[in-house]
Amino acid sequence: MINVYDILETIRMIQDECLDIRTITMGISLLDCIDSDIDKACEKVYNKITSKAKDLVKTGERIEKEYGIPIIHKRIAVTPIAMISAACTEKNPVKFAVALQKAADTCGVNFIGGYSALVQKGFSAGDIELINSIPEALAVTSNICSSVNVGSSKTGINMDAVAMMGKIIKQSAERTADNQCIGPAKLVVFCNAPEDNPFMAGAFHGTGEPDCVINVGVSGPGVVRAAIEKHPDASIDQIADIIKKTAFKITRMGQLVGSKASELLGVPFGIVDLSLAPTPAVGDSVAHILEGIGLESCGTHGTTAALALLNDAVKKGGVMASSNVGGLSGAFIPVSEDAGMIDAVNNGALCLEKLEAMTAVCSVGLDMIVVPGDITAETISAIIADEAAIGMVNNKTTAVRLIPAIGKNVGDTLEFGGLLGSGPVMNINRKSPAKFISRGGRIPAPMHSIKN
Amino acid sequence: MRAVITVIGKDNVGILAKVSNVCAEYNANVMDVTQSVLQDMFAMIMMVDISQMNADFVVLGEKLNELGKSLNLSIHTMHQDIFNSMHRI
Repeated sequence: MINVYDILETIRMIQDECLDIRTITMGISLLDCIDSDIDKACEKVYNKITSKAKDLVKTGERIEKEYGIPIIHKRIAVTPIAMISAACTEKNPVKFAVALQKAADTCGVNFIGGYSALVQKGFSAGDIELINSIPEALAVTSNICSSVNVGSSKTGINMDAVAMMGKIIKQSAERTADNQCIGPAKLVVFCNAPEDNPFMAGAFHGTGEPDCVINVGVSGPGVVRAAIEKHPDASIDQIADIIKKTAFKITRMGQLVGSKASELLGVPFGIVDLSLAPTPAVGDSVAHILEGIGLESCGTHGTTAALALLNDAVKKGGVMASSNVGGLSGAFIPVSEDAGMIDAVNNGALCLEKLEAMTAVCSVGLDMIVVPGDITAETISAIIADEAAIGMVNNKTTAVRLIPAIGKNVGDTLEFGGLLGSGPVMNINRKSPAKFISRGGRIPAPMHSIKN
Repeated sequence: MRAVITVIGKDNVGILAKVSNVCAEYNANVMDVTQSVLQDMFAMIMMVDISQMNADFVVLGEKLNELGKSLNLSIHTMHQDIFNSMHRI
């Protein structure tokens, strides 16, 4: 018999503390859609996605009703398009973006990720064309996400790709300047990109993955904050324990929903991404958890330590709750998507440099950060290089999703709306890294990459 | 297979009867009921067997949701698996 207290706890988590399944993401391999005729390839891509994912949204909605748990997003991740477009004689990968958008509309999913290229060691056929087409692809579509992996702990950092991405991010913002510069909000630059990540904008379906797979991303910063607030006098070890127990419960729900979705869709279940993903909603903030642990404002001294504790406890609690863990797994710190982070930037407690330090101990990187529109491409590249270096040396995934606010400066705000939230323009260091970025080449892999 | 129906709201005559009626309509057998009234707040947790139902489980949830709205009560119908997976190792 289920205990009454447990039943009410679950209902309270969902009703009052914003507990939800953030995303069910179907990974679909497009390797069998390759064709030298780009129009034929696009047609195959559309047909494969719409046949594999035709019931994805319907199934997600059914599970929501059966278990009474909201599933916010139903999404699709595909094989990096650079691999598919490489075989086409016509070098116009934007056609694939348009085909993906059409497939997203047909399936009713809110994002398809995988307009991507993996160039950590160098560019192969199709990579440069795809990267150059990103600003156009993100401007002519609304539900397509793009990512580029520029480095890894095994290969080092491709500085030519880093230099390119600075320009691409800037161009992408300029092309969507009349629409809150939304383009680069759908573009992530990775180091150590995971191949099974269900979260956007960085989701793509790695080549080592099965033909079709279901991955689940959970959420629940509100639940963790509420649990901590119930213990105002707990010691740090007790706080870690409370977070572990809460993460366990959240992740078990993700495991249940993932296995149910996999059973109903007849598709293998991949991984649960153990994540604390905030939303701009009141009470759903990672910054507020850190403040709940005892900081006056997120961003002040102590933030990195509190975040390290949080991130580690989430993983420890989540690992036991799930049969397979993967993706990004950890606390996310996107600025514009987190009410507490936005407040911390506005009150002056949180700066770009502190965010960079925080990314060394949590799951992603510099995420959804709005920077002044007159930022140079070289400075964007240098920010990417710093972040990739943290990932490379620490054997972890790091990412950069910066949005240059064209025509705006510190004090202004970009309003993306929905789950992307709104981002205050943050101050940047104006000294030039241009010479460093213009050198090109590759940062060699770190010593600890030689493990064989 | 069982489901848990929780009803929370202002106490009123006939809440239990109305909820059980909907369950009976879909052949969902009531196994256990726990209810309490604190001041005038009503809280009920009902365990029902859904293995012999004559309609889809989702339909029962939707009907009870409508009933909840008409009585100004919050009614949740959830498969027991969610509680088992969250609270049992």
